[in-house]
Amino acid sequence: MMTLSGALEIASCTDPGMVRSHNEDSIASDGDQGLVVLADGMGGYNAGEVASGMATTVIITELQQLLEKKVPYEIDAKSGQLVAHQLMHEQIAKANTSIYQAAQSQPQYAGMGTTLIVALFYDNKMTVAHIGDSRMYRLRGDELRQVTKDHSLLQEQIDSGVITPQQARQSQNKNLVTRALGIDPIVEAEIHDYDTQPGDIYLLCSDGLCDMVSDDDIGLALQTLSSNLKLCAQHLVQTANDNGGRDNISVILVRVLRDYPAPRSIVGKMMSWFK
Amino acid sequence: MAKLILSMDGLVLKEIALTKERTTIGRKPHNDIQIDNLAVSGEHAVIVTILQDSFLEDLGSTNGTVVNGQPVKKHFLQNNDIIELGKYKLKYVNEAVAGHGKAADFEKTMVLRPGAMKPTAPAAAPIPAPVAAAAGPATAAATAGAKNFGDTVAGQSSTAAPVAPPKPASAPQAALQLLSGANAGKELDLTKPLTTLGKPGVQVAVITRRPQGFFITHVEGASFPVVNGKVLDAQAHSLNDHDVIELAGIKMEFFLKT
Repeated sequence: MMTLSGALEIASCTDPGMVRSHNEDSIASDGDQGLVVLADGMGGYNAGEVASGMATTVIITELQQLLEKKVPYEIDAKSGQLVAHQLMHEQIAKANTSIYQAAQSQPQYAGMGTTLIVALFYDNKMTVAHIGDSRMYRLRGDELRQVTKDHSLLQEQIDSGVITPQQARQSQNKNLVTRALGIDPIVEAEIHDYDTQPGDIYLLCSDGLCDMVSDDDIGLALQTLSSNLKLCAQHLVQTANDNGGRDNISVILVRVLRDYPAPRSIVGKMMSWFK
Repeated sequence: MAKLILSMDGLVLKEIALTKERTTIGRKPHNDIQIDNLAVSGEHAVIVTILQDSFLEDLGSTNGTVVNGQPVKKHFLQNNDIIELGKYKLKYVNEAVAGHGKAADFEKTMVLRPGAMKPTAPAAAPIPAPVAAAAGPATAAATAGAKNFGDTVAGQSSTAAPVAPPKPASAPQAALQLLSGANAGKELDLTKPLTTLGKPGVQVAVITRRPQGFFITHVEGASFPVVNGKVLDAQAHSLNDHDVIELAGIKMEFFLKT
């Protein structure tokens, strides 16, 4: 097993917002394994909480166990896939099945589902999987960039030129996602790899943040408060609440503190073997 | 559900609910909204409605389509927009917006089931093919038709309200005046939502501008800021007019501007 101890700094904050009584968002992280998970549940009564809670629990506990044995940057001999991708696909499918079956078998959970964003950091890069409209942003230097692209009606309208991103902020169709975990027997996550650099700050958030706070204000907060990540996470949530807090707000911040290359030399491999 | 209110010279003639994906407006009788007036073209304009959003498009009419006094080719309709066609006026009312006080509870995220939507594209939408690469071919179809909204959405109907403007017009104005150090006497306007003070790596505090006023919070460094002679803790501290802040060896006064 390899550990990323000391390579990443992680801070998070989750809040029901100003309007909702329940918090249907769920977050989890493991800095030593380089793993962060955020889910935004949906469904009547408290079913949304159940769905997002199941998603984060299944994915973080299963991946934690699997990463004890498996090496994410290796290629799986059988499938020819990168192990990181294979693990993500398998565990997301597992979480999907659990939620779907609970929704099918228990009437109070009928129709529940959740968005999902998972990031796994290893070998100076990260694998990001997402479903729905929970997002990842990256601050590198003074540039804030959205890493993921929502699976939402609005994003599809923007892509096909029906409306502009500016008009999208006025749209009444904000809360319609085109993919979610637990709604159908099979779900396809969008999975991509990205190189990371020391100094990068990654923001994972539910739509309760990005619907209420402009990208400019998110960027300003990440730049200004980068030396105090916990305060930065709290500030983002507070800004969303000051602007109305219409939805649950969840934020996970990950700062890359140093390089974390995979141990590639024989000695390095031996060392990591015995750790 | 959005609707149009047709009027002439301030007299309401009728109300038309925008239930169809395409609502046509023109002089000829086959239009959904027929306006028998020579200033109106046979096929004058069309309103394409996608779930809660409606888009107005001029169909190359002779006299053009005017919204809120501006001629438009294509326009994303907002609540209370006035569409003018000759002497006639059409007011666009979107109740999802109008009644947003109560709407919050229903403003929940929902799933559009891929493939379940009617796969016909509205005229306003170019072919949504590029979407397929990002979202998978099945979901691309979901952008297209919106007619079967009620059947295809898992959960309640959507009555989302617009996002509150990030910066309320009534946001208070304030500034800092430096009382000591090399720049003593200088003023610093606190116009940004966040303003940092101090020396990075030594001591930094941030002043946040919020609807309820200004707050100072410790960010980094071993020592905490001092306000009116009192050392702060890690919590945000509300600033009052003429508070004196000491930070990284510099004294400054906070004051409100009217």
